[in-house]
Amino acid sequence: MNTIISYAHIKHNQIAVNGKVVLHLPNKSYTEFLTEAYKSLQLSYPKFYKMDAQCKLAFLAMEFACKDNHFLTENDLSKTAIVFSNSSASLETDQVHQNSINDKQNYFPSPAVFVYTLPNITIGEIAIRHHITGENAFFVSPQFNGKLLTNYIHLLTQTNTEAVVGGWINSDNNTYEAFIFLVQNVENLNKNSIFKPLNQTSITNLYNQTSWMH
Amino acid sequence: MDALIEKLKGQIIEQLNLAEVKPEDINPEAPLFGDGLGLDSIDALELIVLLEKYYGIKIQDPKDGKTIFQSVKTMAEYIKSQGKA
Amino acid sequence: MFINFKICIPKPNMIFASYNNIISPLGFTTEQNYRAVLNSEIAVKPTQLHFSNDAFCVGKINDELLEQHAVSIEKAHQHTRLEKLSILSIQDVLQQSGIQPQDDKLLVVYSTTKGNIDILENAYPNIDSKRVYLHQLTQHLQNHFQFKHQPVVLSNACISGILAIIMAQRWIQSGQFNHVIVCGGDILSEFTISGFKSFNALSTEPCKPFDANRTGINLGEAVSSILLTNQELLSSPYHTAIVAGASANDANHISGPSRNGDGLYQCLQTILQNQSLDGCGFISAHGTATPFNDEMESIAFDRSALNTIPVNSLKGYYGHTLGAAGVLETVLSLESLKHQTLIKSQGFDNIGVSGKISVIPQHTPATFSSFIKTASGFGGCNAAALFKKI
Repeated sequence: MNTIISYAHIKHNQIAVNGKVVLHLPNKSYTEFLTEAYKSLQLSYPKFYKMDAQCKLAFLAMEFACKDNHFLTENDLSKTAIVFSNSSASLETDQVHQNSINDKQNYFPSPAVFVYTLPNITIGEIAIRHHITGENAFFVSPQFNGKLLTNYIHLLTQTNTEAVVGGWINSDNNTYEAFIFLVQNVENLNKNSIFKPLNQTSITNLYNQTSWMH
Repeated sequence: MDALIEKLKGQIIEQLNLAEVKPEDINPEAPLFGDGLGLDSIDALELIVLLEKYYGIKIQDPKDGKTIFQSVKTMAEYIKSQGKA
Repeated sequence: MFINFKICIPKPNMIFASYNNIISPLGFTTEQNYRAVLNSEIAVKPTQLHFSNDAFCVGKINDELLEQHAVSIEKAHQHTRLEKLSILSIQDVLQQSGIQPQDDKLLVVYSTTKGNIDILENAYPNIDSKRVYLHQLTQHLQNHFQFKHQPVVLSNACISGILAIIMAQRWIQSGQFNHVIVCGGDILSEFTISGFKSFNALSTEPCKPFDANRTGINLGEAVSSILLTNQELLSSPYHTAIVAGASANDANHISGPSRNGDGLYQCLQTILQNQSLDGCGFISAHGTATPFNDEMESIAFDRSALNTIPVNSLKGYYGHTLGAAGVLETVLSLESLKHQTLIKSQGFDNIGVSGKISVIPQHTPATFSSFIKTASGFGGCNAAALFKKI
């Protein structure tokens, strides 16, 4: 059965894993928050600094989602899919690129910016970081759409796909949110297990139930 | 020349988002690409933008980048040779 | 009495690639486009664009011609350029197939990379700038057509089009829908042109996929739509099904393809499992004409032991039409299969890739029953699908 074995949620300068806040950095700007959160992981991954904010969000959510489990070692990563979604595609970075070409006297489009003007670069960054080479899909919908994600993930696992990294990764004019969940096949799911079978209701509940700190 | 090299180091760190690198970490004669700073193909293109933005130098043939961007020193020498330093 | 059961035998799980449309600089219907390609007309040429004094070698749809066609659209002035093109394209498929937009078993999947990106350039003072959001673009199409189900937007770089077709197959196979219309569209914009230029990826001449003298891509624009359906009655004009599809990521670099073609190779391995290559006429490759892309593809094809199967890229005709490319190239490949004619890989003279492949040098009559479509894009993504005549 397709089962959610872990999830991470980032919003309001906080990072929550499986519903509980594990990092809270109040009074930081968005950029500072992303950098501090990265530093808290004590990784050596300088590429992080080259990413746009949306990819940084995806990167962090993924690190936290797979920190205390064996998702990346238990599953065949060539049969692990990444299915992400958001509402703004890459508009935040699109605007940065557009600003670099608006003024003909100061016209310096940057390849390092332009490359992030595609939403599925978030998928690419996660794939590179964790060597995940399965199916890809990036959907754009007005808000978190548990129905669409669940529906497509179930379709994928009926084909070659064995595990899925699903998510909502949205960075749009300083409004930001990342929600990443890990799905793999678990047989004989215990009723009391912290794992949840993946369906529209369960994923929507998990998405809505994070208890943020005030 | 030394002043130009120092200036270039700062600009490279900023333009390429090398947040964890300090100017003193960059040996002006060490290769820019390869192991050292972990630069990639996008960084090479960004260096072309850097030269145009800060020094008004347009590299017409990107293949020239290979020799120009060998090290910070070769970059500085190239800028000087173009009379733009 | 002997009854011929042949026509009544249901074909379970057959998903047909059916009625379609292409709107491009080469025409407003699939037929016009196919004829133009057979006449070796090419859409990419030096073109003066509003934002630059330099001419760019691009494929641009004639504005006046678009306005003439758009006259038939209700409230045409309320639509952006891409919306007009998309409405015309989807409308054509609905008309040909007779499917009602309100059909409970119809889903629309919209494939695009940049959508209404010209809104960022303030191209439409009287149009709500919110439509730069891709879901607002499809909401606008939804308001126009009144589809029963909200369209799904897929934005997965250059594989969007073919990936949307693969998704359509999966959705129909699951029984949730009988029909999926995939519409892929992207327009030319200063946004994409300046970006690819900063990548040094633009060729100043018509592009030359797989050629030794290739110097990069041309950008183009197009909208292309195709109906995927499980209803055999609607399977004309091709009687061709999508029998396998897969995507995969290189996990190597966000803008450069894997040197070994790993992701594309993985896709090909997946779709060719349990599939015979007998009768496979050609591979419609991504073939953007950048040095690295074409090299990578040749290696992936070679590694997959596909080196005897002829290869073409249609980018030499249209340039790279981004989110439309996978749909447009699938549609033309279906025409190629229907007419039993291999389409010449425009711009190709001398082989310039190290993987062993045979690029189609001339339009060639041939007998074949299937083809492979592939694509690869930024973010390390790759996709491949196999289409077979039934």
